[in-house]
Amino acid sequence: MSKPAQRASAVDRPESFQLKGGLFPMTLLELKSTDLGAIQAELTEKVAQSPAFFTQSPIVFGLDQLSDAEQKKLDLATLCDLCRELKLLPTAIRGGTPEQTGASLRLGLAVLPKGRRTAETTAAEPTEAPQPAAPSAASPTRIITTPIRSGQQIYARGGDLIVMAAVSAGAEVLADGNIHVYGALRGRALAGIQGDQNARIFCSSQEAELVAVAGQFMVDEMLRANHWKEAVQIHLVDGKIQISLLPKQN
Amino acid sequence: MAKIIVVTSGKGGVGKTTTSAAISTGLALRGHKTAVIDFDIGLRNLDLIMNCERRVVYDFVNVINGEATLKQALIKDKRSENLFILPASQTRDKDALSKEGVEQVLKELADMGFEYIICDSPAGIEHGAFMALYFADEAVVVANPEVSSVRDSDRILGILQSKSRKAELGENVVEHLLITRYDPHRVARGEMLGVADVEEILATKLLGVIPECQSVLKASNQGVPVIHDPESKAGKAYADAVARLLGEQVEHRFLMPEHKSLFQRLFRRSA
Repeated sequence: MSKPAQRASAVDRPESFQLKGGLFPMTLLELKSTDLGAIQAELTEKVAQSPAFFTQSPIVFGLDQLSDAEQKKLDLATLCDLCRELKLLPTAIRGGTPEQTGASLRLGLAVLPKGRRTAETTAAEPTEAPQPAAPSAASPTRIITTPIRSGQQIYARGGDLIVMAAVSAGAEVLADGNIHVYGALRGRALAGIQGDQNARIFCSSQEAELVAVAGQFMVDEMLRANHWKEAVQIHLVDGKIQISLLPKQN
Repeated sequence: MAKIIVVTSGKGGVGKTTTSAAISTGLALRGHKTAVIDFDIGLRNLDLIMNCERRVVYDFVNVINGEATLKQALIKDKRSENLFILPASQTRDKDALSKEGVEQVLKELADMGFEYIICDSPAGIEHGAFMALYFADEAVVVANPEVSSVRDSDRILGILQSKSRKAELGENVVEHLLITRYDPHRVARGEMLGVADVEEILATKLLGVIPECQSVLKASNQGVPVIHDPESKAGKAYADAVARLLGEQVEHRFLMPEHKSLFQRLFRRSA
C-alpha cells in the first residue's frame, strides 16, 4: 500500500520547488477613458485617500470597457509609468486588442482572459471601498449543504471544501486546501491535491473508503482500525497520514 | 398543475413497477385523476401488473413519433375510475425516447387535467432512466434493505439533484424513500439493513416501508395492483405511503417483528 504512494510522490513532486495553483486578490483598474491626464489626476486623489491599501499593490488594467478605437489610442507604457509613480505595481492587462496584448507582453505584463461578467464587475467597481479585505476578492472556500451522493465528485479548486452533510460511499471530495465534513465521511476525501502538505481533513464520523493528503493516502482496512466512526482530523505527520480524535466539545 | 412523480431506484428488481402500479392506483382510489407511464421501453411490464396487456394498441413511442394521439394510446384502468396507463413499446429500445417528445406528452397529460403523472423508470442510470426522471417534481426512490440497492439509490438521488430539469433550474426534486421487501425478523437477526440504517445512509425522508409479503407476487401474477388487497400487509403499507404522499401524517407500521400468539404457534406446529 505504501509503495504506490512513494512512487506517485517521486514523480509528482520535484525536490527543489513546488508548483501550486493560487487565487490572489488583485485590484482591477477598469479603464473608461484613455485620457491619461484625467486618469492620473483621479488616481492620485484615490491613492491619497488610502495610501496603505494601494502601496505596492498589484494592478490589473481592465480594457474590456474601451472600444477598439480607444484601445488604439491608449498608451500603455505611459500608463504603467504613472502607476509606478503612485507606487502601484502594474501586473497584467485584461481584455485587450491584439495590439494591446503585444504591447503588454513587451512591457512584461501578463495577459488575462476577458472578464465573463462585465456588467457585474462594472457595477461593483465604482463603489468606494478602500478596505483591503474587499469582499469582491471571492473566498475560494466552497460550501456544499446537500449530501454528496455516490458517483458525484466535488472539487474545491484553490481553497477549502466544507460539506454540511454526509459524503456517501462511492462519492469523492477533493480540495486544494482543507476538507471539512459535518456529517459522515463514507466516500473518498483528498485534501491538498496540489501538494499542500499542511492540508487537513476533518469529519464528524470517519467511515471513509480512502483519505489522502498531498498525495499520501490511506485505504479502507487501515481506516477501519483507526478511530472508525469517530470525529477525527486527518493530517500529515512526517509525511505520513495520521488520524487523531477531534477534541471533545462540551 | 399536474405533479410529476418518478418512481426510480437505479437497481433492478427492487419493486419499481409494483410500486408505480400501487401508488398510481392508490392516488386514483383517493379520487385523483392519475396517469402512469411505463418508461421501460423494450421490457414493458407495467401493463402486465395492471392487467391491461391485451388492451395495448398504441404505446408511448407511437405517441412520441406522432403515429397515434395520446387519447388513443391511454388505457383506462378497469378497476379505478381515475386511472390511465400509457404503456411502453415492447419492440423498440430506450433511444426512441427524446426529451422533446417526453416533454410534449407530459404537457398534453397536464392539459388533459391529470393531477398526478407517475413515471415508472427502468433500472440503470442510462438514457431511459434519465428520461423518466428528467421532468420530475418529486421522486419516490425504491430501495431494498441491502447494501447494493442502497448504494444504487444513493447514486440515483445524486443524479436527480444534479441532472434533472429542477436541478438545472437551481431547484430541488422532492425526495421520498420507499423501502420494499422489508423483513423485520431478518433485521432483528442482523441479516438485513434496518430502516434507520437505510434512512441514515440515504439522508432522505421516509415515505414508507413495504414488508416482504406473499401478496405482492400473487398480485403481480394476477395483474391486480397489491393496493387493491386491503387485507395484505403490503396493501396496507402502500395505502399508508399514498396517504403520506398526499401530505397526511400516518404512523409507520410493520417495522417490528410480530410476536406470534400461542394459538398461532400451536396452529403452525400442527399444520
